[in-house]
Parts: sequence; structure tokens; C-alpha cells
Amino acid sequence: MMKTGFLTVAVLLATAAVATTGAVAQTKPTAITIATEGSYEPWNFTSAGGKLEGLEVDLANDLCARMGVTCAIVAQDWDGLIPALNARKFDAIMASLIVTEKRLGVISFSEPYAPTSAAFMVEKSGPLAKLPGANSTVDLGGDPAAVNAALAPVAAALKGKSIGAQTGTKNTDFLDSYLKGSVTVREYKTTEQHDLDLQAGRIDGVMAQKSSLTALLLKPDYKNYTLAGPTFVGGVFGKGIAVGLRKDDATLKAMFDTAIQAAKADGTIEKLAQKWLKTSLN
Amino acid sequence: MPSFDLFLGPNGWGKPLLSAALMTVALSLSGLAVGALFGAVLAHARIGGGLVLRSLADAVTTILRGVPDLLVIYLFYFGGSGLLSWAGHAAGYDGFIGLPVFLTGTLALGVVSAAYQAEVFRGAFNAIPRGQIEAARAAGMRNVLMFRRILVPQVLRHALPGLGNVWQLILKDSALISVIGLVELLRAAQIGAGSTRQPFLFYSAALVLYLVITSVSGQVFRWAETRSLRPFRRA
Amino acid sequence: MDFAFLQTTLLTLLGGLPLTLELAVSSILLGGGGALMLTLMQASGSLLLSAPARAYVFVFRGTPLLIQLFMIYYGLGQFRPTLQELGLWSFFRDPYWCAVLAMAMNTAAYASEIIRGGLGSVPPGALEAATACGMRPLLRLRRVILPLAIRQALPAYSNELILMVKATSLASIITMMEVTGLASKMIAETYRSIEIFACAGLIYLALTLILTRAVLLLEWRLSTTRKNGTPA
Repeated sequence: MMKTGFLTVAVLLATAAVATTGAVAQTKPTAITIATEGSYEPWNFTSAGGKLEGLEVDLANDLCARMGVTCAIVAQDWDGLIPALNARKFDAIMASLIVTEKRLGVISFSEPYAPTSAAFMVEKSGPLAKLPGANSTVDLGGDPAAVNAALAPVAAALKGKSIGAQTGTKNTDFLDSYLKGSVTVREYKTTEQHDLDLQAGRIDGVMAQKSSLTALLLKPDYKNYTLAGPTFVGGVFGKGIAVGLRKDDATLKAMFDTAIQAAKADGTIEKLAQKWLKTSLN
Repeated sequence: MPSFDLFLGPNGWGKPLLSAALMTVALSLSGLAVGALFGAVLAHARIGGGLVLRSLADAVTTILRGVPDLLVIYLFYFGGSGLLSWAGHAAGYDGFIGLPVFLTGTLALGVVSAAYQAEVFRGAFNAIPRGQIEAARAAGMRNVLMFRRILVPQVLRHALPGLGNVWQLILKDSALISVIGLVELLRAAQIGAGSTRQPFLFYSAALVLYLVITSVSGQVFRWAETRSLRPFRRA
Repeated sequence: MDFAFLQTTLLTLLGGLPLTLELAVSSILLGGGGALMLTLMQASGSLLLSAPARAYVFVFRGTPLLIQLFMIYYGLGQFRPTLQELGLWSFFRDPYWCAVLAMAMNTAAYASEIIRGGLGSVPPGALEAATACGMRPLLRLRRVILPLAIRQALPAYSNELILMVKATSLASIITMMEVTGLASKMIAETYRSIEIFACAGLIYLALTLILTRAVLLLEWRLSTTRKNGTPA
């Protein structure tokens, strides 16, 4: 795992170098607009008073300083992020956007700034708290037989339950492709909305990024909830979280790549992870 | 009391909610103005246009009235910039033309309300006695002068009650602009509800603010109506 | 243009049509009942009945439907224990019924105003004449008041029906997979917003056009001059 991570970084570094040299002809922007979702605590959310905050907001400001550009950070609904990027409503997306093949068909990505994994959150006293596979990790990109063996008991336990997930995320893809027929999938515009519905008891669990759920569970509002079942990585869950960019914006991609490498190298990203996620990214 | 702090504390939600309410008013006002422009063009096409222009205006009206406002707003949001750039390109400008979200919201509300405003203007125009127009022509008034002196003052007066209804419609439709990311009243409430897990409280607050806006502006329209009728009141 | 894609899109979105229609029909029927009740309350002459009805109409006409929907769905969701005790939770747990309730409550307010306008348009002379002919109140209502009032109110009510059909698109925001919900899901998967929204728009347009025609036909049947005219 560590080794492939290192290899990916090396390959990305090389492509970044090529991209930088290839893109000198494009003029370097001095001001950019970055869109985030603003309702995905602790990655990006809106605090009292309506201010955007979170790991990605801090990181965006840090990266902009490194790139020497002034940046405006705006909030945009999740399901409109990619279409709006391509409609040039803004220049970059930093909203826990995972690199996937399908998204690579319509936009490009910077080097990833965080790895990703997904998990279920359920009520502590509910029937799903004992979902099989706790503390194990299922690599969906791994051996299909092993994946099926690990998923079968989970699917059985989830039979007839309803799980909430955000529209257009890899979580709905996962539920649709791996647990179809077993669970009822309810799709929400924001994760905050499925959290509200979980608390209201309209759904039996939610699926979201593990880092985000872990941080939520530290809050007093969530004392009756817990993670359940295995952690899912790889496969539909893609290659990590990265900045989403327009395909024709090679200059900006090169600028982001360089800045992200620097932020990784000097420990800035790790420091932000400790601050917001209360855990290490690695 | 916790909800007191939540709204009026130093980091409270009261101020953002109030400024979002102002945003709702500003957005609706500019939507009304833009819609009046579009509506006047549509009404003009339906009253004075040739067969082609008239059927075109009819088609536009049918589409605007038959498609959910939410879809029109989405279409405008995603399609607007592309269309502008395409038009700019045709005019020889080679860059991309982006639209700030307030402007997009204004235009979307204008388009959504245009069909209703056109109907209001058409009705108001038809309420002007034909004889006045003939008299103006006979007195040698040119089109512009007649428009300014005879048509506009009377159309506006006859249109006021209808415009009041359209205004209420726009105010309520402005809540839909929240889906494209503009922080107006509904979105501010949504943000607060998500962040504090107190949806009931925040939606109640927004509900009350909407009621205040609609009823106060309703009073303003009624006052304007009475005033506009003043010259016609018999002593 | 990618016609194959448009065709797939249209077919996928049509899968949401039954739900869209169900939402529209249930909320129109429920809302119609509510409207009649509100009208009766306002006409009752008792302040105890008419004041709440007037307050209801004021609140529901003075605020956006979207916020009413959020209030019923997320707002009341906060009170699960109380609602469970009252045995109402199985109703409020279901997003379908929350959407129907919000739309029905909303349309009831508007429709009651339309009905009130229709009743108000019945000329007093017609009432007096009916009474003078010896008609009893019920017969008078059936033969004189209702036909006149309905004919007067129909155009405004048909507008309200169209608004309701269009309003079903808001149910997508509380996880209902009707036409707009399916469109949002498709966009999240393909990122082709314009084509997909255009297809969804086409479906709604067809729906509202059919509805408009149907009401026009009804108006023509009810109109007194139908012997000379043809349906539009």
C-alpha cells in the first residue's frame, strides 16, 4: 500500500513536471475561484455566522498563498459542482472530490491531497450496530472472491434496511453496484441532510467518507451513533481526494500539483488533518 | 436560553439570517425589474408583432408556464454562461463570459416571471381605450412621445394589482435560487439547520422573515394602488 | 446532437412519471378537500372558525413551498419521539407523505381563495331569483351557486393545477425519485446537465399541455355559449 502510494506520487511528480513545461505558453492566472460544498464537516462546512471553514478551506488558502494567487472560495451544491466547473462558474473544486475514471472523463484532477475510505454510521442501540466485519478493511480493487466473501455477511445483515448517501458520490455507486437488492438506497443533496434523517430515524444508516464520520462521532450530538461494518477502500472509491480542474486548464493543474507537493512535504497537510480530522491521514 | 444565544450571541445566526433576508429582497427586486423588461418585450410581440413574432412569443410563454421553475433555474444556471460565450464568440469576442451568481439568479427570476408579467402588461394595455391612442395620433404625437405620455403611465396604473401578484410570486420563487448557491434566506436557514442540527428552529425563523417580507411589501403595493387611483377619485 | 443519449435519457426519466403523477394527484385531491374546509370555515361567520382559517391562508400563501416542505420534513423530523407517541411517525417517516402533505397544505390555501372568489362572483340577483322560485338551500347550491361559481373559478383553478404538477419537482429535494430526482441522479452520473434537464422539461411540458387542454374542454362543456363554439 505504502509502496504503491509512493509510486503514484513519483508518477504524478513526473507528469506534473511535464505538464509544467508543456504549459508555459498559457498565462499564469493571478486570481482564481475555488468552489467547495460547505456542508461536509469537517472537510468543508459553514460555521455560525455563515463562514466557510474546514480542512479544505484552510488548505485552499494555504495552496493559494503558495501559488501566489488571490483566491475566492465559494459554496456550491454538490450535484452541480462538476457541471458548474465545466460551465466556468469557478476554476477549481476542493470538496472531498475523489479521483475516479468516470470523473476523469469530464474533468482533470491535481495530485491527490488525501487518501479516502468509506464506512457506515448507524445508531448504537439499533440492529445494525453489530454489522459484521467491524475493524476490517475491504479493498474493492482486490481479489473479487475475497471481496464477495467479505461482503456476503454485510449484505445479509443489511437486508431490508435503508441506507442514506449523497447523490453523485461514490457511496451511492457502491451501494448500487455491491448491495443492490439488499438495501434501499435513499439519496440526499447533502450529507447534513442524511445525518438529520438518520437522527430522525427515517433511515437505518448512512454511508460516507470514514474520515468525515469519525470526526462527526467526536461531537456530542452524535454520542448515540457509531461506525459499523468494514471500512471500504479502492475500486469504486477511487484513488484519493484531489482538486478538480477543467481539462484544458493545464497551467492551473501544474500550479496546484507543485503547491500540494510542497504542502505535503513540509507537513502542512498532516497538521491540518490533526486539526480537523483529529487523526493522521496516513 | 440556548436559542437566544444561537441567534443573538456574538457569533450568532441572527445577522447572517437578516442579511440573507435583505438578499432575498434585493434578488426579488432585480428579478422583478428584469422580468418587467422581458415581459414587456413578450407583451409587445403578442400585441403588435407579426404572425411569426406572435407565435414565437406564444411558444416562449407556453414553455415558461409548462416547465417547473426549478428546471428553468437549473437550465439557466448551467446553460446561461455557455450561451453567452457562444453569443460573444459570434460577436467576435473570444473569451469566456462568466456570470456572477447574483446576476444568474436575477436573470433566472426574470425569465421565470416574464410570462406572467407579459400577461399583466397585455391586460393593462388592453384596458386603455383605443380612442386615446387615436386621439394622440391625431394630435400629431410621435410613437415615443405617445408611449411616454399616454401608454406608460396608464399601463403602469392598470398593471399595479397584477404586478403585486407577480411580486409575491417572485418573492416565493426566489427561495429556489438557493439551489444555485446564492445565500438568500432559505439557503441561510438551510446552512444554519445543517450546522446546528436545529432544522425546526431555523426554518421557523426563515418562515417568519418570509411572512414579514411578503406582508410588508403587500402593504406597499396596496398603498401604491390607492395612490395611483387618487387623480380619479371624486371629491 | 447525440440522439441516442437523448432517447435513453427520456426513457429513464419517464420511469419517474408514475411517481410524479401520484404526487400531483394525491396532493391535488387532499388539497381540494382542505380548500373546501377552509372556505366553509371562512364563510361560517364564526370568528372562532374563520380567524384560524384566515391565519392559515396568510401563512401558506406568504411563504415559499420549498420552506414549507423543509419544515414538514426536516423540521418535524426533530420531534420523532413526540410524533411516535402520537402514532403519527409512520406518516412523517415517509418522504412521500411529507411531500404530499406540504403540497396539499400549500394548494389548499390558494384553492380556498379561488373558491372564495368564485362564490363571490355569483350575482346576488341570481340567488334572490332562486329563492323567489322556492328553491331550498341545497337545491340552490347545486343548481345555481355551484355551476356559476365553478365556471368562474375554473380558469384560476386550472392555473393552480398546473402549478401543482410543476411543484412535484420539489419532492426530488427530499429524496423522492420522480422525474426531476431521476434527472439529478443522471446528471450526477453523466454530468450532462443541459440535455438531461431539457428532456425533463419536455416531459413536464407535455404533462401541463395535456392538463391545459383537458381543462379547456371542461370549460367549453360548462360554458353557456357552447352551442355556437367549438373546443379550443
